[in-house]
Amino acid sequence: MLDLLSRIVSTVFSVPFAFSILRITTPILFAALAAVVADRAGVTNIGLEGIMMISALTGVIFSAWTQSAWFGLLMAILLGVLVALMIGFFALQLKTDIILAGIAVNMLGGGGTIFFMYLASGDRGYSANLASKVMPTVHIPLLRDIPVLGEILSGHNLLTYLAFLCVLLVWILLYKTPLGLQLRAVGENSHAADSVGVSVNRVKYLALAVSGVLAGMGGAFMSMGYMSSFNTNMTAGRGFIALAAEAMGQGEPVGTMLTSLLFGFADALAANMQSLGLPAELVKMTPYVFTIAGLAIYAATKLGTHRRKKRKGQTTGGAAPEAS
Amino acid sequence: MVVQMKGITKVYPNGIAANQNVDFSVRKGEIHALMGENGAGKSTLMKMLFGLEQPEEGEIIVGGETVALSSPTVAISKGVGMVHQHFMLVPSLTVAENIVLGMEPKKRGMFLDYGKAVAITEEYSQKYNLHVDPHAKVMDIPVGMKQKVEILKALVRGATILILDEPTAVLTTQETTELFKELIHFKETGHTIIFISHKLKEVKQITDRLTIMRGGKSVGVYNTADVSEQDISRLMVGRDVVLKVEKEKPVPTDVVLKVEDLSFTNDWSRKMLDGVSFTVRKGEILGVAGVEGNGQRELVELLFDMAKPDGGTIQVEGQPITGAGQSKIRGLGVSHIPEDRMLFGVAGTATIEENLISDRYWKPKFNKGPLFDMKAIHQDTQQLIGDYQILCKSGGQSVANLSGGNIQKVVVAREFSSDPKLIIADQPTRGIDVGATEFIRRKLVELSRAGTAVLLVSADLNEIIELSDSLIVFYGGEIVAYFEDTSTLTDEEMGEYMLGLKRQSDEEIRRVFHA
Repeated sequence: MLDLLSRIVSTVFSVPFAFSILRITTPILFAALAAVVADRAGVTNIGLEGIMMISALTGVIFSAWTQSAWFGLLMAILLGVLVALMIGFFALQLKTDIILAGIAVNMLGGGGTIFFMYLASGDRGYSANLASKVMPTVHIPLLRDIPVLGEILSGHNLLTYLAFLCVLLVWILLYKTPLGLQLRAVGENSHAADSVGVSVNRVKYLALAVSGVLAGMGGAFMSMGYMSSFNTNMTAGRGFIALAAEAMGQGEPVGTMLTSLLFGFADALAANMQSLGLPAELVKMTPYVFTIAGLAIYAATKLGTHRRKKRKGQTTGGAAPEAS
Repeated sequence: MVVQMKGITKVYPNGIAANQNVDFSVRKGEIHALMGENGAGKSTLMKMLFGLEQPEEGEIIVGGETVALSSPTVAISKGVGMVHQHFMLVPSLTVAENIVLGMEPKKRGMFLDYGKAVAITEEYSQKYNLHVDPHAKVMDIPVGMKQKVEILKALVRGATILILDEPTAVLTTQETTELFKELIHFKETGHTIIFISHKLKEVKQITDRLTIMRGGKSVGVYNTADVSEQDISRLMVGRDVVLKVEKEKPVPTDVVLKVEDLSFTNDWSRKMLDGVSFTVRKGEILGVAGVEGNGQRELVELLFDMAKPDGGTIQVEGQPITGAGQSKIRGLGVSHIPEDRMLFGVAGTATIEENLISDRYWKPKFNKGPLFDMKAIHQDTQQLIGDYQILCKSGGQSVANLSGGNIQKVVVAREFSSDPKLIIADQPTRGIDVGATEFIRRKLVELSRAGTAVLLVSADLNEIIELSDSLIVFYGGEIVAYFEDTSTLTDEEMGEYMLGLKRQSDEEIRRVFHA
């Protein structure tokens, strides 16, 4: 037992482990940022899992067809946007419940990808027959030569760097642009936005489109970076873990990055513990246990803040009924 | 005339005619009050002027041209701005961000120029003497400042005609004084103000002219200086038809409901009830009158444990009921006709039978082992449907398909047939037809004479005066008057108490508390 523990500890504090956290965090981070943008505009995009799956397959098919990873990525993003807008069409135009629209997309992603992969490759399990491309890895000059740090931070897939760059971009979008201001206003009080002439639906569609771009990149990373082919159900719940990361990160880009890293850590830990001889089934639970624990902690703190606020409201400034 | 609305008629999809052939006009540079009780149609009329609703009939002329105000954006472009009673602000954004929302200044083509937003806010803030902190988040500022932000929003968008919907309802006395100074300043700078209110003193103090509405119609336009507060009060609450209810003299006996020193502060830190004490006795109907928003709704919520009081006690036959939960309160023999019958009175998609047994389905007589005894249920519900004259094809019909009056009869049938000791009837006849109204009123009298205590809350003056044996008037969360005998009471007298012009002495009010 003690031996096992010490082996786990030495694994966790190793350079390859740290490297793998960043790699594993990438798709979760993309999807979590997608959740941030949609959620802040008041459109809960529960279909992230499905969008990622569809984009992952799209990337494989189009990169195999054109032999260009970049074209594959472009098409993956495009499909991501289209599916996200489809959710918008159902929810905003046809007034269906947005959660149900998202669930439908997830089911479509699960079944549809198998169907189309079979059409494209003749295989239902994975796309080995397709000579698809992967996005390039990047070795950062100077940084790569720094011991330890260089080994952890350099040599990742281009999309991993892009994911962390997107944290900054999403932050700028939300807080430094007119669209971001409208987006936050629509998400928080759509009547207020409407009353000053902001088109609420336009903002929601745009937010969903941006969320489609991000989730599309997350999907593309799965099949063109994390792995080099498409497997059935390869996103394995990352779209849902991302929703948890966004909730725990309170919809803030930086906070969401930190919670995504936490889930990345849990995932990496699970992958490594398996190689240490722990039962696979038990180990595979780790990321999900983290998710549940994380959401519980988040809910508890939120409830606490709410109660405190209410109490505070009662003691301060109790406006007396006017004496007119 | 800067604004003219001619022959405006507005009928809502549920069939309520909120405005019927209303004429309304405002002169440039005046402060014009639009007065009337809740439900008189003031807000609907103003929503049409601000493009939030469109009239079925009639013409709107702003600045000499006939306009089709299809949205607030169009209204704003014509110079009409509105400060809503419930603020249209985004709490987590700063004051400056709220002010420029929808017309954001940009820099380098795509970025929000926050510095410019602050500059715009400060410029207008100084120009109109409305002091706000541009950098503060709206959730952190007091109500008075939120209102200034709303006014600034309208001014920044070029509004010259400002509609203020009950602006003082949320303000403290000091804030109100400050607001009035600002309004006079606007008037001097050529702005026109439409001031929606039912507070007589304020209207007398600040407005030039006033239009009074009642029951969806305009009752008249007056120069404020020419009418007294009493005149306005009479015009606002005057009754069209006097309705008589036959009833014997009450013989009140033991106290059933005892409310003592009850206080309540709502989620927005506003004190809605302040030291309220009264009792309701067996065999009497005690009416609760008052303009809506003076604490009556909160009182009913507390009586049914839907909110927690700051202090005070509520007892039913000596048993404290605060925090007891609805089922225990019902167990003590309390019945409730809720104000919102679709939300609290019935389950719309369930059947009449299901609704009728929803408070008693657990009783042995309706159950046979683990299953319902459908025969017993049919029998009882058929009896109720007959007794309460519920017009329906069968008890299996879903409640939502019934007319308003029949839905209310379903509620009443259930609530009255549970052998109640106390009935809390909150707006029991609102929005239902004359036949059902009369039926419910007769039943209430019948039950009270048979020994049930009745607390009747109603905004309908006719109903409250005719039906109650004695009544209390709420104003600003307090009881301001107690009338032991309603038979000699006049509308004028009631109106003066309801609108806060008069108040009885504490000793007189205390008489309603029978220890």
